[in-house]
Amino acid sequence: MKPFRTHTGMVVPLDRANIDTDQIIPKQFLKRIERTGFGEFLFYDWRFEPGGELNLSFALNQPRYRGASILVTGKNFGCGSSREHAPWALADFGFRAIIAPSFADIFANNCMKNGLLPVTLPEELVTTIIEQARANESYELTVDLEARTVTDGRGLSATFVIDDFQRHCLMEGLDDIGLTMLHESDISAYEAKRGGRSF
Amino acid sequence: MPGTLFEKLWDAHVVRQPQDQPTLLYIDLHLVHEVTSPQAFEGLRVANRRVRRPDLTVATADHNVPTTDRSLPIADPIGAKQIDTLRQNCSDFGIQLFDIDSPEQGIVHVIGPELGLTQPGQTIVCGDSHTSTHGAFGTLSFGIGTSEVEHVLATQCLPQNKPRTMLVEVSGALPEGVTAKDLALGIIGQIGTAGGTGHVIEYAGDAVRSLSMEGRMTLCNMSIEAGARAGMIAPDETTFAYLEGRRFAPQGEAWTEALAYWQTLRSDSDANFDRTIRIDATTLEPHVTWGTSPGMVVPITGCVPDPAASVNDADRRASERALEYMDLTPLTRIQDIPVDRVFIGSCTNARIEDLRAAARVVKGYQTRSSVSAMVVPGSQAVKRAAEAEGLDRIFRDSGFEWREAGCSMCLGMNADILQPGERCASTSNRNFEGRQGRGGRTHLVSPMMAAAAAITGHFTDVREWQFK
Repeated sequence: MKPFRTHTGMVVPLDRANIDTDQIIPKQFLKRIERTGFGEFLFYDWRFEPGGELNLSFALNQPRYRGASILVTGKNFGCGSSREHAPWALADFGFRAIIAPSFADIFANNCMKNGLLPVTLPEELVTTIIEQARANESYELTVDLEARTVTDGRGLSATFVIDDFQRHCLMEGLDDIGLTMLHESDISAYEAKRGGRSF
Repeated sequence: MPGTLFEKLWDAHVVRQPQDQPTLLYIDLHLVHEVTSPQAFEGLRVANRRVRRPDLTVATADHNVPTTDRSLPIADPIGAKQIDTLRQNCSDFGIQLFDIDSPEQGIVHVIGPELGLTQPGQTIVCGDSHTSTHGAFGTLSFGIGTSEVEHVLATQCLPQNKPRTMLVEVSGALPEGVTAKDLALGIIGQIGTAGGTGHVIEYAGDAVRSLSMEGRMTLCNMSIEAGARAGMIAPDETTFAYLEGRRFAPQGEAWTEALAYWQTLRSDSDANFDRTIRIDATTLEPHVTWGTSPGMVVPITGCVPDPAASVNDADRRASERALEYMDLTPLTRIQDIPVDRVFIGSCTNARIEDLRAAARVVKGYQTRSSVSAMVVPGSQAVKRAAEAEGLDRIFRDSGFEWREAGCSMCLGMNADILQPGERCASTSNRNFEGRQGRGGRTHLVSPMMAAAAAITGHFTDVREWQFK
């Protein structure tokens, strides 16, 4: 996994609450058996008109937000299906961090496994960031995972909370399967104690 | 110290509890399907890892399978490749697969319980958010992503932070015509689609105790729609009667032993929950969603809400956007909304009792000529049982299509999708934009309500139905 320590990048606002994973990556793109290449299908039904042409009113398609790597959005982002294709698509499109007032559980977990940092900030602050991004061309934020801060170099400075262990894994880009496998003897002991029932 | 059912299940599965790190939790049953597993198996190959417990891993193909004639090759080459990949992976790693042509095939959350794989006290995971369904048996069951699928395949464990607990206590009895689906929608309407975030819900109370196992599965299934990590119901005589004699359930002495353990699986009367919600079942009505999130729901006697009455600006904008997508006008009576399509299916509502309830409504009637209606049984076993009872004839005679088992139009990965602008009464679990097909408009309802809408052509209060 790509380590995440600190990232500075342009912000794109997507001011909607309850964006579900069906919107992030619609089902017709879930048939692929690879982990890569989902970026072009990100927010497909919103980015493209039914005929396939770009929907220029959608923020991600606007030239001023091209190259944005920090998505700022509404509460309960990533609700619905457990499809990891959602963070795969976001990361493949170029996002490194998502800022929202809250995230759905499974989605936030899936992000952490893919070096994509979900940052939870209070709703008023998220609203402020969205307003700043709209008002200022190329509005940038720095997300510092080590310091647990979000700053814009113009006076905005916020701290966020993240689980220590998840932070450690993200910063080191750790393979957590490998970590669990270090405790093989504990797993075997548990299985022996439980009698290892199988079907 | 008194504990909740969740805490008892959690404690029984702790492999390792390091300081300042997530708990390593043992997984008793891992269910696998074609859509969220290929990249996990590929990850194992790349890292030269094996599946630790193929004997605790069971696979089926359900999400993208066609529901039409299975003797024909799958027309969609990418979908076919995904199913072939599942076959190859199960064969390479020694995992039992209930393939498309198997008599056991079906939606993963329908066949687990049906085969007796799902048993009280277990931890169950699957790369699918509706894994919460299995909590109906007093299990800790939750959906995971593909990286976690790979983690469980490799180690049979998952590092997890302990969720909080929520008790949903439903008193009284559900009125006639009001089902577990309506209860689930009513709860989500009350607490919201993020109301359960970070929590495991335990459902309790008279109304929950009175539900059949199938009703309990419907209720637990929708826990994820309230944002909850999992939903669960303490096992009781209803649970044990359902399980006894099923193919993978314990037999003989093992059954007696298991039963003694299962009977201990309940929250202590003085256990503490982080949050408690109380619902009076006697006041519930059949529910219909009007928007693009399961929390946008009202009783059948209600109207489409007016966004102007929203409690805050964000809710108002969300309602306006939903109404625009759904092509609905504020204050329209729900019973005046016409439907074009009816879908009876999904892991929420495609079990035999669901089909019986729908068939009872449909019997002796014809579907409205403007409505196209289909029934997709949850599994091949449900399909066979329904056919043995003659339910297929009732549905076909009234104008429904009768299909093969799979997820079908719940998520529309196969050919079963809505056309742009079509409005559907659906027994599934998500009414998100485009969920059942781009531009499609989904209204979530119970099987009886879906059946009634197929006959009348609009949403209809099934409590007033003239059964024939």
